[in-house]
Amino acid sequence: MKMIEAIVKPFKLDEVKDALLEMGVQGMTVTEVKGFGRQKGHKETYRGQEYTIEFVPKVKIEVAVTDAQMPRVIETIARAAKTGSIGDGKIFVRDLVAAVRIRTGETGETAL
Amino acid sequence: MVIDPARIDKRNRRRRGVFSVIGLTIAVMLGTLAVFTGSVAAQDTTAASAQAVAATPVLKIDTGDTAWVLTSTALVLAMTMPGLALFYGGLVRGKNVLGTIMQSLAILCMVSLLWILVGYSLAFGPDKGGIIGGLEWIGLSGVGSDPHPVYGPTIPHQVFMLFQLMFAAITPALITGAVAERMKFSALLLFAALWSLVIYTPVAHWIWGGGWLGKMGALDFAGGAVVHISSGVSALVCAIVLGKRKGHGADYMAPHNLPFTLLGTGLLWFGWFGFNAGSALGANGLAASTFLATHAAAATGALVWMGVEWVHRGKPTVLGLASGAVAGLATVTPASGYVGPFHAIIIGVFAGVLCYFAVVWKGRMGYDDSLDVVGIHGVGGVFGVLATGVFASKAINAAGADGLLFGNAGQLGIQAIMVAAVMLFSVIGTWMILKVVDAAVGLRVAPEDESTGLDLSQHNERAYS
Repeated sequence: MKMIEAIVKPFKLDEVKDALLEMGVQGMTVTEVKGFGRQKGHKETYRGQEYTIEFVPKVKIEVAVTDAQMPRVIETIARAAKTGSIGDGKIFVRDLVAAVRIRTGETGETAL
Repeated sequence: MVIDPARIDKRNRRRRGVFSVIGLTIAVMLGTLAVFTGSVAAQDTTAASAQAVAATPVLKIDTGDTAWVLTSTALVLAMTMPGLALFYGGLVRGKNVLGTIMQSLAILCMVSLLWILVGYSLAFGPDKGGIIGGLEWIGLSGVGSDPHPVYGPTIPHQVFMLFQLMFAAITPALITGAVAERMKFSALLLFAALWSLVIYTPVAHWIWGGGWLGKMGALDFAGGAVVHISSGVSALVCAIVLGKRKGHGADYMAPHNLPFTLLGTGLLWFGWFGFNAGSALGANGLAASTFLATHAAAATGALVWMGVEWVHRGKPTVLGLASGAVAGLATVTPASGYVGPFHAIIIGVFAGVLCYFAVVWKGRMGYDDSLDVVGIHGVGGVFGVLATGVFASKAINAAGADGLLFGNAGQLGIQAIMVAAVMLFSVIGTWMILKVVDAAVGLRVAPEDESTGLDLSQHNERAYS
C-alpha cells in the first residue's frame, strides 16, 4: 500500500478529485496548506508599503492506494493538476504499513 | 397664547445655572482656557436674549435652506459612522477591527454631548478677544429655532449648531487612524474629550466663530484648517509620542478587509457633499458650485493617485484609487466654496501627487502613522488652505475674496498665517494633552494586549468568530 500526497493549486482541487473518482479511487483527505517551492511567494503593495508573501496557499490531497493503483493515480493527479506554469505543485509517495476500516475492523488493502 | 417673559427668563436662568456648573468644572480642568472662560463665568443673563430679540424681526427661516442643511448634517454623520469607521476598520488587522470602529463611534457620541453642553458655546459663542467663544451659550442657552444673523440667517440656529456638531465629532475621530492598533481605549476617550475642547473649539472659533483669523480674512470654506490641518498635525504628534506598533516594519500588517475600506470611501465621498456643499448653509447656487468643485477634485485626486502609483510602482491599486479620492476631498475642502471646477481639478491633481508621495515616503521618516492621517489630511489640508489663497475668486463666491491668481497676493499670506497658527497650536496642545493622558491612565495597551489585538483585550469581543 502507498500513501500519495499531492500538493496542488487550490483551484485545481475539483478537477483532481473528479479525475480520481473516475479512475476508481474511493476516498481522499484534503487539507488547506501553505508553502513554497521554486515559485516562492508574491508581492503585495498597500499605499506603497510592500509585503513579500513567502507562503502561498495550496491544497494537500492525501490518497491511500494499493501498490497496483499507484502509477495510474500519480499519472491522473499529475495530468489533472497541471497548468504548465510555475507553482503547479508536487506529488510525494510513502509506503503505507497498515490500514483499518473502523466500522468493520477490516485491515490491509480491503480497508482502503 | 400669552407668554410671560419673566417666567422664561427665570427658566433660562435656572438652566444656565445647571450648565454653568458643568462648564466651570471642565473649565478648571482646562487650565489655560479657564482664564478666558472664567472671566465670563459670571454670566450676563440678558446679553444673549437681548441679542436674539433684536435680531429676530429681520431673519426668516427658509424651508429649502433648512431642509438642505438638516440633510447635510445627517450626511456628515454618515462620514464618521459608518464611513470613517469602515474606512479605518478595513485598513487594520482583523484582530483590531472592532476596536477601531469603536473609536470612531464612541468619539461621535461623546463629542456630540460635549458640543451640546459646552463645546458649541466655546467655538461659536460671543467672541472673547478673538480667542474663544464665551460661556453664554452653554447648554445651548439662547440657541433656539430662531436664525442667527451670522450663522445662517435663513436656518434655525439649532440647525447650524447640529451641522457644526458633526464637524466637531469627525475631527478627533480622524486622528484615531494615527494611533490605530495600539492605543488604550480609556486613554483614547480622555484624549478625544480634551482635544475637542482644548484644540478644536478654539481653532473653530478663530476661523468660523468670529475669532482673529476670520477677522483677518482667512478663508476656510468647510474646514481645511479647522478639520484637516488640526487633525493631521495632531495625528503626527500622536504617532510620534505613542511610538510604533509592535512589529512595525517586520510583521505582516496589511489591511484585513479592503472592501470595508472601499465601502467607507464611498460613504465618505457621499457624506462630503454634506460637509462641503452643506457649508453654503443654504440650498442655493453656492451649494451647487461647492458640490461641483468637491466632486471634480475627488475624481481627479483618485485618478492621479492611481496614475502616479501605476508609473511609480508598476500596478494601479484599488486602495490607491480610494486614497486619492479621499486626498482630493480633504484638499479641496477649504477651497470648495471659493473656486470653479477647473481650479478644483488643478487642486485635485496636486492632492493626488503630493499625498501619494507623502504617504509613500512616510516610511523614511521613522514614525508609524498607521493609517496615513498625516499624509492625507495633514498634507492635503495644508496644500488646500494655501491653494485657496491662490485660486479663490469673488466671481464664484462674493462673500469670499480673490486669491493670488486674481491679483490678490495678500490672501495667500493670510492663508499661510492660518496654516502656521493652526499647526503650531495643534502641535503644542496635542503634545500637552498626551502628557496629561499618559500620566492619568497611560497611552498604550500592554504589549501582550497589543499582540492579542484590541478587540479581545479592550472589549472582550471578536469580529470574526
